[in-house]
Amino acid sequence: MSQKTTSDFFVERFAMIVVIIFSLLCVLPFLLIVGTSFSSEDIVRVKGFSLFPRGATLEAYRMIFKGGTNILGSYVVTISMTLVGTLVGLGIISMTGYALNRHDFPLRNIISFFIYFASLFSAGLAPYYLLMTQGYGLKDNYLAILLPLMMSPWLIILMKNFVKSVPYELTEAGKIDGAGDFSIFIRLILPMLKPALATIGLFLALGYWNEWYQSSLFLSERVTYKPLQYMLYQIINQLSYLKNSVAGAFVTFDNFPEETLKMATACVATGPIILVYPFVQKYFISGITVGAVKG
Amino acid sequence: MEKVKTAASEGTVSAGTPAEVTVLAKKKKLGKTGIFFRECGKHYSLILMCIPAIIFFIAFSYAPLPGIYVAFVKYNYASGIFGSDFIGLDNFKFLFESGQMWKLTRNTILYNFAFLVLDNVVAMFMAILINEITNRIFKKITQTIMLLPYFISAVLVGLLVYNVLNYDYGFLNSVLRSLGLSRWAPYSNPKAWPPLIILVQLWQCTGYNTIVYFAAIMGIDSETIEAARIDGVNAFQRIWYIELPLLKPTLVILMLFAMGGIVKGNFGLFYNIIGTNALLYPTTDILETYVYRATMQDFNFSTASAIGFYQSVIGFVIVMICNAVIKKIEPEYSLF
Repeated sequence: MSQKTTSDFFVERFAMIVVIIFSLLCVLPFLLIVGTSFSSEDIVRVKGFSLFPRGATLEAYRMIFKGGTNILGSYVVTISMTLVGTLVGLGIISMTGYALNRHDFPLRNIISFFIYFASLFSAGLAPYYLLMTQGYGLKDNYLAILLPLMMSPWLIILMKNFVKSVPYELTEAGKIDGAGDFSIFIRLILPMLKPALATIGLFLALGYWNEWYQSSLFLSERVTYKPLQYMLYQIINQLSYLKNSVAGAFVTFDNFPEETLKMATACVATGPIILVYPFVQKYFISGITVGAVKG
Repeated sequence: MEKVKTAASEGTVSAGTPAEVTVLAKKKKLGKTGIFFRECGKHYSLILMCIPAIIFFIAFSYAPLPGIYVAFVKYNYASGIFGSDFIGLDNFKFLFESGQMWKLTRNTILYNFAFLVLDNVVAMFMAILINEITNRIFKKITQTIMLLPYFISAVLVGLLVYNVLNYDYGFLNSVLRSLGLSRWAPYSNPKAWPPLIILVQLWQCTGYNTIVYFAAIMGIDSETIEAARIDGVNAFQRIWYIELPLLKPTLVILMLFAMGGIVKGNFGLFYNIIGTNALLYPTTDILETYVYRATMQDFNFSTASAIGFYQSVIGFVIVMICNAVIKKIEPEYSLF
């Protein structure tokens, strides 16, 4: 290693300051939500939202869990959709990615193009909505959320790039031992793809966990248990929804903790995915790298 | 055995043992298409592996395409898309004549252009800075924190913005008040939003984009940089003359990919921040928010679909033009 010059030293100090400032900007809004969620509504009404809890209370959380927001049902819906969607999606994406990388598979270019072309053209929202509701009859059906988020051309391309890095000799060795394509894939290839599965799995899980859009299209009031983010969306945007579903009989409208309840719901709805992230971060960052800079 | 297979599928004849030669002769008789189908048959399991994905893209990407026809009819719920009266380009005519199309297109393209330029500039800047930092633990922690905003839903982003900017309880206004300044009411001021939305978008995506660029910097040959150091180059020169030029390919590729989406938008961001606050539409309504309202609130499928069709066509044309231009200037960067 060569010596550091004065300019290196200066640039590094400058870099650290900028990065620290930006990192603070990234976390502060979260603290604002967490802080407010533990504050008492009265103080919030007078002094506004704050980074640190003022008049610390668990009132808002108590209300969420006791007040009939259906939050536990929402959790069950979101978690099961995230698990099923991510697992099935990963299975299909990795299978396809593997098959499309086999040099001896004559259809691979045609199928690749077929998938890539899907990303170039889209029919737009109206035809999609009409097809889903009238064609497939998926109004008020969780499948309308589960299925469309399961894969995308971009994720398949990302997987293809990962599979490329697995030596082809592995497949050949499997063939010589007389294994079929499926058992080669499952026993030899999948174990090599752990970083890819972690990365793409995180993308899929994020998609399911943060889902509100398909829900807003296809789930009506008749569905009792809404996915978490959609429930949050409704609580934020429809005050009447909030009061009707949460307040129930046990508070009067005057001291209804409207603002703190929004923040507490946000914490409850977001928490788990942020807690999972640090564990897969290592894979995730290397995953973005493979996907983005292949050039 | 493997060699024979590949040679045969490429249609070349090479001499081998008598057994191999007869195999080759048999394949010759089949002809090119024959061999193709035979190979497909042999790989039926690979085809099976692709079938779920193929069904998926047919069902959710290709099947809606014929529905674009709804843009050319006066949609009537009872008779469905293909039973409604055909009215040609009237839906488009209405949108253009009402001035909506122009406003929406302008907003969409200006926002996306700003995102495109600023996202990349800021991310390159941050990536270069992070690369200068030698403390590994510091780097890891800050990267984790910077990625945090990328992991939250658009709904939560909307709530965060509301948290900071809300007139009554907003954090910004509490600070302003405690400094003895008058409060600010962006939610009734359309002019405030273009810079605000751009800032929010930067806040959410910079961490992710920074990692992409950071990866590209890591890919730079460290010997080049060492050599430059030995020649007495200072940090600014090194960044300006070595690192930035080497980031150009990544920049060009990311820009090209983004160009196709320039008439699409970050719908979730706009919808969750602005919602149905009509006061702010002049500066914040983009094609996608308009389409969403036309579909979900007015059930005006024909208008919505006309805009969707317009978006697809413009997006496609822009990609083609950009690709052609890039191909002229630097052929190796073009997409196809």
